[in-house]
Amino acid sequence: MSAEELLLQQLINAVSIGSLYALMAIGLAMVFGILRLINFAHGDLIMVGSYVALLLMVLGLPFWVAAIAGVAASTLAGLVMERVAYRPLRGAHEISMLLTSFSVTIFLENLAIILFRPTSRPFPGPAVLRSVIEMGQLRVAGLDLIAIAVAAILLLALTLFVRRTDIGIAMRAASQDLLAARLMGINVNAVIATAFAIGSLMAGVVGILWSARVGKIDPLMGFNPVLKAFVASVIGGLGSLPGAVIGAYVLGGLEILLQGLLPSVLTPYRDAFVFAVLIALLLFRPNGILGSTEKEKI
Amino acid sequence: MLKLESVDVAYGHVNALSGVSIEVRDGELVTLLGANGAGKSTALMTISGIVRPRAGSAVYDGTDLLRASPYDIVGLGVIHCPEGRRIFGGLSVQENLRMGMVRRPDKAEARRDMDWVFSLFPVLAERRNQSGATLSGGEQQMLAIGRALMAAPRLLMMDEPSLGLAPLVVRAIFGVIRELHRRGVTILLVEQNVRQALAVADRGYVLANGKVMLQGSGAEMRSNPDIEQAYLSAAPEAG
Repeated sequence: MSAEELLLQQLINAVSIGSLYALMAIGLAMVFGILRLINFAHGDLIMVGSYVALLLMVLGLPFWVAAIAGVAASTLAGLVMERVAYRPLRGAHEISMLLTSFSVTIFLENLAIILFRPTSRPFPGPAVLRSVIEMGQLRVAGLDLIAIAVAAILLLALTLFVRRTDIGIAMRAASQDLLAARLMGINVNAVIATAFAIGSLMAGVVGILWSARVGKIDPLMGFNPVLKAFVASVIGGLGSLPGAVIGAYVLGGLEILLQGLLPSVLTPYRDAFVFAVLIALLLFRPNGILGSTEKEKI
Repeated sequence: MLKLESVDVAYGHVNALSGVSIEVRDGELVTLLGANGAGKSTALMTISGIVRPRAGSAVYDGTDLLRASPYDIVGLGVIHCPEGRRIFGGLSVQENLRMGMVRRPDKAEARRDMDWVFSLFPVLAERRNQSGATLSGGEQQMLAIGRALMAAPRLLMMDEPSLGLAPLVVRAIFGVIRELHRRGVTILLVEQNVRQALAVADRGYVLANGKVMLQGSGAEMRSNPDIEQAYLSAAPEAG
């Protein structure tokens, strides 16, 4: 493999993993922007969608139908989460909301352990997702291309949504000044529910793509993605949507870069090196890449 | 049309309003005067449904405001242009104005109102695609007023629209307030700029320590030496 090909190969890997992180990070950033809530239970929405999809596949439904139903289940779960766990805490201290998000996580994960047992289960994906396209020496997984394309479409749709629609602009307004938004008659409950719905839908999509990539699912599968998404949004500037996306791609790039550069004895400690770089970055830009202007949250 | 009666508001153990009764009739320009902490903003926040009183009543055109949400209250045409402008800094001027009209069903009419706002404040038309944060203080105040006007207010509440602005800008803002009053918009104006406020007001109330100390017509209050003494001396000179 030539140097250019190797670079291209790694670039595709980085953009692919970055895309998944970006879709996750957006959900965290959107909710944080408005409510100042770091919703750690966001990761469990991945798990909910994946189990629903798996269940339907076991019942004999085709993959794509099951996948769409899984995404719908994640979205619904996110809306229920907002309504049941977070809306009663409107105006409460940030710490109360954070602790509540941990409670929701513990509840959902244990519920899944009871329902589906703690062991992992194989998650069958269709042949397209497991296919590998060979171009010269280059081997590109179909899943990577699909992840990149799906993320690009969703990010474009989200951009149009927050720039063009009343409720999208209202979402940005609410994240900048919640009181002023209420005084203008913006329906804050609707805005917050929409933010949860969009974030949960994206988590559902990540769930399907992630599960198909890994090939198995388990009740605690949401932990790692939400951690990565949290790190990505901190790098980008917590609460900023463009920041979350940029942070996600930076994180994906760093991971792939270090995977390639580190001597093989050190690759098991890759994440430690990734976090060391991030700590260094935060020492210079404590508010993240786009976090310097306090008012611009989305 | 708007009637507050014996309203008590407390923040924890601190009484912000005690037994406040205020009335604003159709088409009137009423000013609410008082020093910092007198309870003026709390009164407006109560009318907007943000702050809930402990006792008393607040009724607008037969609707009990104490049972209505801010969302409902904006729907009634009671619009609050808050202290400190509170424009959306990350939104463009045009998007800010668009947020003023979210509760209006008549979108075509609202778009015509945007042209009207641009004619009232031509500088906003020039900067319609700039973000709110890039505007000067005076321009931000114009945007805040413009955003409130986009809601087609029947009762417009303005909280210290002249605060911290240059005399020339203050004059322009008060010019617009007069113009709105002439057009028949009912206005409840909170001000520390007593002289300017009384010059445009039909009636006024003076609040001190959460209580109504004085009330009367604009003319009466302009000639009342008690106001000079109790309040004017403490007020900053502007405009």
